[in-house]
Amino acid sequence: MELIKPGFGLVFWTLITFSILLFILRKFAWKPILGAVEEREDGIKNALASAEKARKEMENLHADNERILKEARTERETMLKEARDIKAKMIADAKDEAQAQASKMIEQAQAAIESEKKSAMAELKNHVAGLSLDIAEKVVRQELSNKDKQLELVESMLGEAKLN
Amino acid sequence: MTLNTFKSVLFSALFLAISFAGYATEDSDNKDDKEFDANEMIMHHVKDAYGMHIITFNEGKEDEHHISIPLPVILWTENGLTTFMSSEFHHDYSGQVVVEKNGGRFVNVHEKIYQLNDGESVVSYDAEHHPVNAKMPLDFSITRNVFMMWVSFTILLLIFLTAARHYKKSENNIPKGIASFVEPLVVFVRDEIGKPMIGEHKYKKYMPYLLTVFFFIWINNIFGLIPFFNGANLSGNIAFTLTLAFVTFIITTFSGNKNYWKHIFWMPGVPVPMKIFLMPIEIIGMFTKPISLMIRLFANITAGHIIILALYSLIFIFKTEFMGFVSVPFALFIGIIEIIVTAIQAYIFTVLSALYFGMATEEAHH
Repeated sequence: MELIKPGFGLVFWTLITFSILLFILRKFAWKPILGAVEEREDGIKNALASAEKARKEMENLHADNERILKEARTERETMLKEARDIKAKMIADAKDEAQAQASKMIEQAQAAIESEKKSAMAELKNHVAGLSLDIAEKVVRQELSNKDKQLELVESMLGEAKLN
Repeated sequence: MTLNTFKSVLFSALFLAISFAGYATEDSDNKDDKEFDANEMIMHHVKDAYGMHIITFNEGKEDEHHISIPLPVILWTENGLTTFMSSEFHHDYSGQVVVEKNGGRFVNVHEKIYQLNDGESVVSYDAEHHPVNAKMPLDFSITRNVFMMWVSFTILLLIFLTAARHYKKSENNIPKGIASFVEPLVVFVRDEIGKPMIGEHKYKKYMPYLLTVFFFIWINNIFGLIPFFNGANLSGNIAFTLTLAFVTFIITTFSGNKNYWKHIFWMPGVPVPMKIFLMPIEIIGMFTKPISLMIRLFANITAGHIIILALYSLIFIFKTEFMGFVSVPFALFIGIIEIIVTAIQAYIFTVLSALYFGMATEEAHH
């Protein structure tokens, strides 16, 4: 079969032609084409990666904002609560103090009244004692002069004392 | 047209043609045509030739003349380099026209050039039609296959150098014009052949070969189908496939790493008797791989040509033009399949080459 007998000339020319073709295309076609394709693919990959990164950053930022807002909210709440507590405490304190003050004043007043009363009583006693002595003196004097007059005196004296 | 109407048209055409064939052969007995030899015609078309024959007028008559592109015949004889144009044979390939050049006499016997032995002036044959008084000189002729190879060489350079220039000119490496046509194919070879077969890390080294061999085979497969070039059947010529398979074999062998040779001579992971048993098989396998590449491409392309030519031969065998109603649709059908085959065979050759490179460079992973 001649069909399956390779001709030497064609082998020779194929080898030469293919080698030259390989050499030229490798240097002037495949290198620039594949290089350009790879460069572009790298560019796309990088662009996608940076877009993803930007998206992540945005997400982080958003999350941060949310967190800060939440924190602010809780802080405000605690502050309000604290203020409320302080207010209540102040009121309570004021009340207590006022109570204490009042009771103290009352006590003082009572003490003063007591002492006044005591001194008044003492004075009264003195006064009564004086009066009694005066009366007794006058009675004794009247007694000494006129019995009727003495009685009359005692009686008027007593009426006077009553008026006092 | 639906498939069913197409089928019915086809079968009625077939029926018509066969009935006409029966009618036509009846009265064609007395014609003095020389007997049509389908085998010879097909072989003549499938094989290489010394000139680009385009058309013959008035065949078999007195004023028969041919239109063809003469190509140089280059021979290395004992008298040194001998060259002449193929037109000096006057389209004879039956060994009748003797060309005298540089002290030698040359004849063209079925598109093989023989040098007659000294003193002989007419070629004589043995029983199997082999010349007995002539020998074949070393033949470097620019045959029609070599010519078509150079045409495809030029076209490939035009396409890919133009495409490469587009990238240099454009900013951002955006493909334009022919580059946008070429780029998907190049990327296909890289992503579907180079990367999966060889591996992400090593494929780059082999890309120039894979790309070149893919496009070289593809374009020559396509040129083989264009009737004007008279079916210059380059990729269906065993010399061409042999050379490319040989290059694949050389690259595979020289890029074989320790692991590759270990798998051939001392298969790891099997018992020692098995290692000894596998060694000759693996050594044979080294050679059967490129041989299968060679035969696959040659046989597929040649078979396609033979089928199409055989279908057309039916017209001449039945001696009726109505056979054309059968031959033409079928040849068209096969022709369309062949167009797909051009790409498939180029793809298969490249994939298998890449697979062999991948096997040769694979690292051990046990």
